[in-house]
Amino acid sequence: MAQAAETRKRGKAREPSVNQPDLMGAYRTMLLIRRFEEKAGQLYGMGLIGGFCHLYIGQEAVVTGMQMAAGEGDQVITSYRDHGHMLAAGMEARGVMAELTGRSGGYSRGKGGSMHMFSKEKNFFGGHGIVGAQVSLGNGLAFSNMYRGNDRVSFTYFGEGASNQGQVYESFNLAALLKLPTVFIIENNRYGMGTSVERSSGSHDLSKNGAPWGIPGLKVNGMDVLAVREAAETAVAHCRAGKGPYLLEVETYRYRGHSMSDPARYRTREEVQAMRSQHDCIESARHRLEALGVEETAFKAIDDEVKGIVQDAADFAQTSPEPDEAELWTDVLVED
Amino acid sequence: MATQILMPALSPTMTEGKLAKWLKAVGDDVKAGDVIAEIETDKATMEVEAVDEGKISQILVPEGTEGVAVNTPIAVLSMNGEAFSPAPVATPAPVAAAVLAALPAPVLAPVVAPVVAPVLAAVEDKDWGPTKPTTVREALRDAMALEMRRDGDVFLLGEEVAQYQGAYKISQGLLDEFGAKRVIDTPITEHGFAGMAVGAALNGLKPIVEFMTFNFAMQAMDHIINSAAKTLYMSGGQMGCPIVFRGPNGAASRVGAQHSQCYASWYAHVPGLKVVSPWSSADAKGLLRAAIRDPNPVIFLENEMLYGQTFDCPVDDDFILPIGKAKVERAGTHVTIVAFSVMVGVALEAAKVLSEQGIEAEVINLRSLRPLDTATIVESVKKTNRVVMVEEGWPFAGIGAEVAMQVIEHAFDWLDAPPVRVHGLDVPLPYAANLEKLALPQPGWVVDAVQKIV
Repeated sequence: MAQAAETRKRGKAREPSVNQPDLMGAYRTMLLIRRFEEKAGQLYGMGLIGGFCHLYIGQEAVVTGMQMAAGEGDQVITSYRDHGHMLAAGMEARGVMAELTGRSGGYSRGKGGSMHMFSKEKNFFGGHGIVGAQVSLGNGLAFSNMYRGNDRVSFTYFGEGASNQGQVYESFNLAALLKLPTVFIIENNRYGMGTSVERSSGSHDLSKNGAPWGIPGLKVNGMDVLAVREAAETAVAHCRAGKGPYLLEVETYRYRGHSMSDPARYRTREEVQAMRSQHDCIESARHRLEALGVEETAFKAIDDEVKGIVQDAADFAQTSPEPDEAELWTDVLVED
Repeated sequence: MATQILMPALSPTMTEGKLAKWLKAVGDDVKAGDVIAEIETDKATMEVEAVDEGKISQILVPEGTEGVAVNTPIAVLSMNGEAFSPAPVATPAPVAAAVLAALPAPVLAPVVAPVVAPVLAAVEDKDWGPTKPTTVREALRDAMALEMRRDGDVFLLGEEVAQYQGAYKISQGLLDEFGAKRVIDTPITEHGFAGMAVGAALNGLKPIVEFMTFNFAMQAMDHIINSAAKTLYMSGGQMGCPIVFRGPNGAASRVGAQHSQCYASWYAHVPGLKVVSPWSSADAKGLLRAAIRDPNPVIFLENEMLYGQTFDCPVDDDFILPIGKAKVERAGTHVTIVAFSVMVGVALEAAKVLSEQGIEAEVINLRSLRPLDTATIVESVKKTNRVVMVEEGWPFAGIGAEVAMQVIEHAFDWLDAPPVRVHGLDVPLPYAANLEKLALPQPGWVVDAVQKIV
């Protein structure tokens, strides 16, 4: 495919070192995710968002860095901590926020909620509430790429908690056996709900979890968006070349609780504060940009733009009407 | 600029909580992420973090206050370095009512709920012309081959479907014709390959997943229900899942409890799925073609005991049957016997015996379990005024129970006797030959059941 070949060429031509416009774009995406999630937390506190709401604050560099290596048509699939992935995939903040509030303007017209959103147009395949299920499904996306003979890649995200599910290992086996173009991305934020990785995993290096099947793996600093991008490029190039799956263990940290109702007693405030003050992905990107000579006014412009987008999304999410009652009965089956 | 800090909702069920402790005092500076207070919810004690930067200019709700409603202003934050002055803030009214008013009203009853499904007029079967004797096994194979020739997005995967030619030889010859790209042997990994197939379907391919038996599909249940059946709804109609899960269901012969279960009522319970269960070769061929073309996930429940049986099957290349339409296999006037899959044969045998006794039974082959062809059943019961439901599976919450309820809802006034169920015994299926025979419905059971109500 001509288009795919071009994508590959673009990927190779990209500078591995710091490139100011790229980094500026990444900074903007990370900031958008952070501000969006802070606003979601606020709306939850006001009772405007119901049920479960899992925030991505702290982990923004992971999906942002990965998307820097993505090409046209590559698919993204993840768990229920999915707002950041949707924004990074190019979905509109309005539609995501309105889904959180359960309104008709949401991506699923209010029928999915925080954990279940999709966009065929942006190749975002959810948004899955059963821990680990998206890993098998992500293999299916990769399978469809292989079946159709294109060189698109499936970005399949899951947490270190999900990495203990049996179907993850079934998926490693299938991906290796069928040489599926899947990048498995373990977002290791150290805690599966309240259980630390030390208390949940017998494997001490999750990047090697695919080793029995010969799946190459890398451990990546997930608080550094450029480190993530670099690893993503290696992984994606491997998959596009038809060499089968690749595994990235991206070490990251969520600042907030597992969900909004998590009192987070299993870790100390000092631990959280240390990550926030010393390893924050947005701060470190900003320092890099400052070193490259980016001025305060440029940051201010991005700040204002992002704030505007998020405020607009929040306004839309509160004014968009609730779904029509007839929606209760639509989309159960595709009618012939 | 001053902003109010509101009592936050900190769990899906919290409407009020106790403001247990203030960790900041009036005049304190706070920045985003600082813990400012502790709140006891219905579930736990939670820390409240500041969202904005500023200085606490007023505390509106003292610590120790119980029953503080969500969204009550609890403090005031001065922002942007404005001069510290206790801002005049309206005393919060008793807030519970205001908060509730802001929340969407609960939908008490669905307005357009088709609690009782509309019964449409029963549709006559189309005449497909010449037939030839065909085994159910051949019919299934032919259906897949025809659809795979027709649509390049259709492929088959499962254990032993390719090189071995199918554990029950259903996929015989398909590897030769369509190659390893479209006829795919999987490892023994039901959860993994079912999920992979669903993922491929979400992206537009049309997989046929063969389970060596539906007993093994329990390993894949999460993907069948949560991923395949619900995604269309959860995505607001964006992402459908055109997939067929097929394989033998129910008891075979002396394979013990773990390999002998009927899953009809399990799957028929789930909105978002279609469930089909063929009896004859024509059913198998016509319905499998329809299932493969259907844009929804279809559960296709076969029966091993039928694979080798021969029936006349239309030879027309376009032959296809509609999902959701039952077939009257034998006309009668005294009683309606409703069955599906292998039990259609049992019902017909019973009808023959009954006929010798002067009782003419109408036998309905359901073919589809979801959607259920209530129209055909009701039309028949209005004529016979009696109904016996036959199924191989367990009685509790079974298909028979549902059919009986449909008859009660739609034809109660026509009934001259209570609906009767014939079913497999409510035990795990035993291995011993004599016990197994005692546990599964026999024609004699159906005859007895009919005699009780006629």
